[in-house]
Amino acid sequence: MKILVAVKRVVDYNVKVRCKTDGSDVDVANVKMSMNPFDEIAVEEAVRLKEAGKASEIVVASLGVKQCEETLRTALAMGADRAIHVETDTELQPLAVAKLLKALADKEQPQLVILGKQAIDDDANQTGQMLAALMNAPQGTFASKVELAGDKVNVTREIDGGLETVSLSLPAIVTTDLRLNEPRYVKLPNIMAAKKKPLDKTTPAELGVDAAPRLKTLKVAEPPVRKAGIKVASVAELVAKLKNEAKVI
Amino acid sequence: MSILVIAEHDNGSLKAATLNTVTAAQKIGGDIHVLVAGHNAAAAAQAAAQIAGVAKVLLADAAHLGHQLAENVTPVVVELARGYSHVLAPATTHGKNLLPRVAALLDVAQISDVIAVESADTFVRPIYAGNVIATVQSSDAIKLMTVRTTAFDAAATGGSATVESIGAGSDAGKSSFVSQELTKSSRPELGAAKIIVSGGRALASSEQFHGVLEPLADKLGAAIGASRAAVDAGYAPNDYQVGQTGKIVAPQLYLAVGISGAIQHLAGMKDSKVIVAINKDEEAPIFQVADYGLVADLFTAVPELIAELNK
Ligand SMILES: Cc1cc2nc3c(=O)[nH]c(=O)nc-3n(C[C@H](O)[C@H](O)[C@H](O)COP(=O)(O)OP(=O)(O)OC[C@H]3O[C@@H](n4cnc5c(N)ncnc54)[C@H](O)[C@@H]3O)c2cc1C
Repeated sequence: MKILVAVKRVVDYNVKVRCKTDGSDVDVANVKMSMNPFDEIAVEEAVRLKEAGKASEIVVASLGVKQCEETLRTALAMGADRAIHVETDTELQPLAVAKLLKALADKEQPQLVILGKQAIDDDANQTGQMLAALMNAPQGTFASKVELAGDKVNVTREIDGGLETVSLSLPAIVTTDLRLNEPRYVKLPNIMAAKKKPLDKTTPAELGVDAAPRLKTLKVAEPPVRKAGIKVASVAELVAKLKNEAKVI
Repeated sequence: MSILVIAEHDNGSLKAATLNTVTAAQKIGGDIHVLVAGHNAAAAAQAAAQIAGVAKVLLADAAHLGHQLAENVTPVVVELARGYSHVLAPATTHGKNLLPRVAALLDVAQISDVIAVESADTFVRPIYAGNVIATVQSSDAIKLMTVRTTAFDAAATGGSATVESIGAGSDAGKSSFVSQELTKSSRPELGAAKIIVSGGRALASSEQFHGVLEPLADKLGAAIGASRAAVDAGYAPNDYQVGQTGKIVAPQLYLAVGISGAIQHLAGMKDSKVIVAINKDEEAPIFQVADYGLVADLFTAVPELIAELNK
């Protein structure tokens, strides 16, 4: 069984981004970039399925600028077999990404596509669901457990009230939540070996997809900062403040 | 303009998130219809009909919609959506699961987590864990968006819209519900609570998480939340997680107990009216957003706090 995993290159989760002074966009020049943490979980899940003998091949795809190659190499070092880079400098929004992944899925015919539930830059939480729609496939979003069972996959989902398990016929789309697994630490020999794994290139034009953005960002701004509070010296003072000053209890 | 709001419900009752979403729809302006898709969901539809400002409730009722699987609800919404200028769903796990699937089939972009409406085509949403606020404009014929419920007040009740039954489509046959494990609690829902007591890694075990925080939550009539670290470690169930990738809350009072204040956590609670932090590290970043900070060991401070509240 073949698994397709999508990985996005994003600003590292430890970086607090700033806006450009003209408010046109976020300033990402010279900040540390990493694989979206949810996508690391997606790669890890695919690798575990392969290690368990349930998957035969893992294809990993990334879409965007040249440097996405680094993200793909990381995924290869984690255990993916080969990579596809859809290279473009256009701003890619979730619908375009879903269309591009659909085009890749048409070629690769994976039985399972695993994506992160959201990217920590645009926080959209859309791509997996959109891809599922375009593939006319079922979706197991926000997964904390994935179990292959014959021609079905059982996915336990983190929902607002707790957990829900659904059974999906394959091919299916899974999006990962934080509790699905803990991604492995990549070792140096694997990084070296990953350099020799195949990495193919294509473009939105070659895939016949119009990837132009649909939403226009008019401006970005930093939110108002909360004004600094005070330190209280004792529990008694805290309760007095909450009762008499803040009046919330 | 006419706006379709997708109701959040469990067939028997309507969830509060629907009310906030109707308010967002009112800010756009136009006729507001509410879709209730479920099974034996007449009670939820009746409740939706009582929201002030709702012109009509559409009820799609069939067995295959009972668990509101995205594969089965999507065709119902796609079919309806073409008659509306806007389709709104709350940014709950249900709304987030469903709406992008609808958007892709309509070939329109979705705007996630809207926190303000600037005009009928321009909306405000947080990105980068709320560290940046973006204003975005959509040129799509139908605007699809999920609404951050904490950013909009609940719509009033007292309306009396008509409930109209509509076609429910058929089972897509690609997915089925197996089971669910809902966290049982007599406490208020996190999203609707006025006071939240939230615990972090410092609680160090499930026993202590519950043993220390529950008496305080009971005393205050509060909901309980948690940091990702506390959930990952198994001290608290997943649906307690507050943050960028968990629940977004904005109560009157948020008490962060043994939580450091990582940006991903702050993203979920920094719009709370009053924030209290109890942390033994005076340098902890949570103090930068706390209105009242107490530098103390939580294992002595929390029992003291309960005693003080009992006075
Ligand atoms: C992709 C991604 C998504 C994430 N999403 C979320 C999210 O949605 N929500 C979220 O919360 N996090 C999220 N995180 C994790 C986040 O980065 C932090 O790791 C997490 O919030 C830390 O939890 P914590 O504050 O409980 O633990 P820690 O950072 O370990 O803090 C524990 C705190 O307890 C204090 N302490 C210890 N002992 C005591 C004591 N006896 N008394 C008082 N204080 C004490 C310490 O001083 C410390 O400040 C995410 C991370 C990633 C990468």
